[in-house]
Amino acid sequence: MPDIAFWNETLLPALNRGLLVSLALIIPAGTLGFLGGVALGCVRVFGPPLLRRLGDGYTALLRGVPLAVQLMMIYYALPKLGIYFEPYGAALTGFILCTAAYQSEYVRGAILSIRHGQVQAALALGFSLREAVFWIIVPQAARCALPGCGNEIIYLIKYSSLAYLVTCMELMGEGKVVASNTFRFTEVFLAVGVYYLALVTIAGFLLRRLEKRFHIPGFGPR
Amino acid sequence: MNARPVLRLEGISKSLGGKRILNACSLTVCRGELKVLIGPSGAGKSTLLQCINCLIQPDEGEIWLDGKLLDRTDDGALCAFRAQVGMIFQDFNLFDHLTAAENVTIALRKVRGFSRARAEERAGEELERVGLANRRHLYPAELSGGQKQRVAIARALAMDPRVILLDEPTSALDPELAGEVLSVIQLLARGGMTMIMATHQMDFARALAHEILFMEKGVIVEQGAPAALLLEGRATRTRDFCAKLADLRANR
Amino acid sequence: MHSLTVVIDALPAMLAGGLVTVGNVAVSLSLGLCLGVPLAVGQIYGDALARRLVHIYVWFFCGVPILVLLFLFYGLFIFLGLPAEPFSICCVVLGLTSAAYQSQIFRGAMLSLPRGQLNAARALGMKDRTAVASVILPQALRLSIPGFANEFSILLKDSAICFVLGTQDIMARTSFAAARTHEHLALYAAAGLLYFLLTWLVLKLLHLLERRVHIPGYAAGAEAGAFSGGQT
Repeated sequence: MPDIAFWNETLLPALNRGLLVSLALIIPAGTLGFLGGVALGCVRVFGPPLLRRLGDGYTALLRGVPLAVQLMMIYYALPKLGIYFEPYGAALTGFILCTAAYQSEYVRGAILSIRHGQVQAALALGFSLREAVFWIIVPQAARCALPGCGNEIIYLIKYSSLAYLVTCMELMGEGKVVASNTFRFTEVFLAVGVYYLALVTIAGFLLRRLEKRFHIPGFGPR
Repeated sequence: MNARPVLRLEGISKSLGGKRILNACSLTVCRGELKVLIGPSGAGKSTLLQCINCLIQPDEGEIWLDGKLLDRTDDGALCAFRAQVGMIFQDFNLFDHLTAAENVTIALRKVRGFSRARAEERAGEELERVGLANRRHLYPAELSGGQKQRVAIARALAMDPRVILLDEPTSALDPELAGEVLSVIQLLARGGMTMIMATHQMDFARALAHEILFMEKGVIVEQGAPAALLLEGRATRTRDFCAKLADLRANR
Repeated sequence: MHSLTVVIDALPAMLAGGLVTVGNVAVSLSLGLCLGVPLAVGQIYGDALARRLVHIYVWFFCGVPILVLLFLFYGLFIFLGLPAEPFSICCVVLGLTSAAYQSQIFRGAMLSLPRGQLNAARALGMKDRTAVASVILPQALRLSIPGFANEFSILLKDSAICFVLGTQDIMARTSFAAARTHEHLALYAAAGLLYFLLTWLVLKLLHLLERRVHIPGYAAGAEAGAFSGGQT
């Protein structure tokens, strides 16, 4: 028998509070991380060799090291160098840096996947290189990168729960406090799971809508 | 001519998405006969062939092999039937992860229950027969289109089929590669193999077919010996179609 | 160089933690493989109910964060009266999650095979079971190796949060040493390096496996074109 008073008075208010913090992490981290990823991806394809090398190194490093380690570094280790973060700031910074690295991988892949003939055909028609990039490469690359980048947003929603590791009180953190106080782990984390499932499902739905909206028959991965 | 029917179809019909693709097609193939299906693309030739061994389940109709009615709802009977009816596809459909020899042995071992050694011996013989004994260890991606189709023929032959269905076996091939496949099929025809073949190769049909079936819009509209259907001066649909084909060739 | 000596002192414990991490990932990955293949087969060839069930399974395990699942299963283990031993809980959670992701990798690979492969197998008289086992799966598994490698590196990184339940893995040993010595920067850098090396090592091994089971003309991009012209 579910304990209605417990749900209404303790669990749900706490989780709703946590949800707001989670959204305050996910939305800016997703936006800034995506923009950073586009910039980084472009640098890794078109940049001068040195910058390209640096971008590749940054991406390999952030993708090779667990996000948990990165968050611990930012929150616990950087103060030693005189850089201090609030829990929220630490989590947000970690997410942005990490998401940018993952996103850049999709952006780079999408740009590289465009066949050379497409640019040649545009130049042959009298486009300048800048126009060719804007009218031909960008629309194709954006469609190519969309599924991967969208997936990354969904990962970000799930991994935003790691903010708990740096004591940021979002969904996961609020849930953990309630669970520890009442020792109702199954109940509490089922509820937390449902919150995340809802977020992920809504995001997935919106992304599919977006993909359908920009779909071109026979283009991109099947 | 030995007139024992090997395969008989009775009123095969098939609709897909509300469109009637096959309409009451019937035909009988006797032992050692080569029947050639011709007709414009979209006429239902390929669908008819795939309906014969139920890769596409027909909606209505009966299929008889050696005087026995096929029970299409019985999976065991269906598999046993298919094992006796060889099929050659337009796009070869070799198993891409297996070498030429393994492509031939796999069904022998998994369906016929041959030992590995016996299956390999048999595969050797069949590859020899299609002139590919020296290619047996190559993978499909290392073979030319014509070689792939010959392996596919060897794969079908190894099962000792009662009849072979050929679905435009040369239309995915360049003309010079088509030649090597056609000569293998010619060899089979001369050897008395029972076959139904859909093709656009009119010269081949004229020279070797015992009977030509002309299909249009899901119906077999004409059938008869090539000499009769293609006789100068006769106004048959088959002749019209062939004249059109010849025109297209000439204009190219 | 105080921090360097701290790292050197903590290294044996961290390497021992590495063994726990590797064990955790190995068990989870195998569990995920054993469950993922039947899930994928069920999702493609199963009846409507089976497809629905697999869909729900994948939706759940791909939608709920690992961290939440860890605590949820901790609660479930206690609720069911099972020993709430951190290592096994982590293996179960990571294994079930990985099964969901791996099933999607295999499913994608199976769907990418041309339809003609199944038709050809059927035309030879194979039962669907035989056709899937000896024609579809061998090809799909080969095509899945890159996805599998990717899944491994994700799983390795995911395993780094198992310490919240108290497994004695790399992260647990690192945070323990860091709390004692306050050398967070050096110690977490070392931990990061360790994860990085582990990923690199296993990806190299998988790359070797890929080369070993490689078949001409298969997926591996550049090589596919090299043969198609030459042999005619």
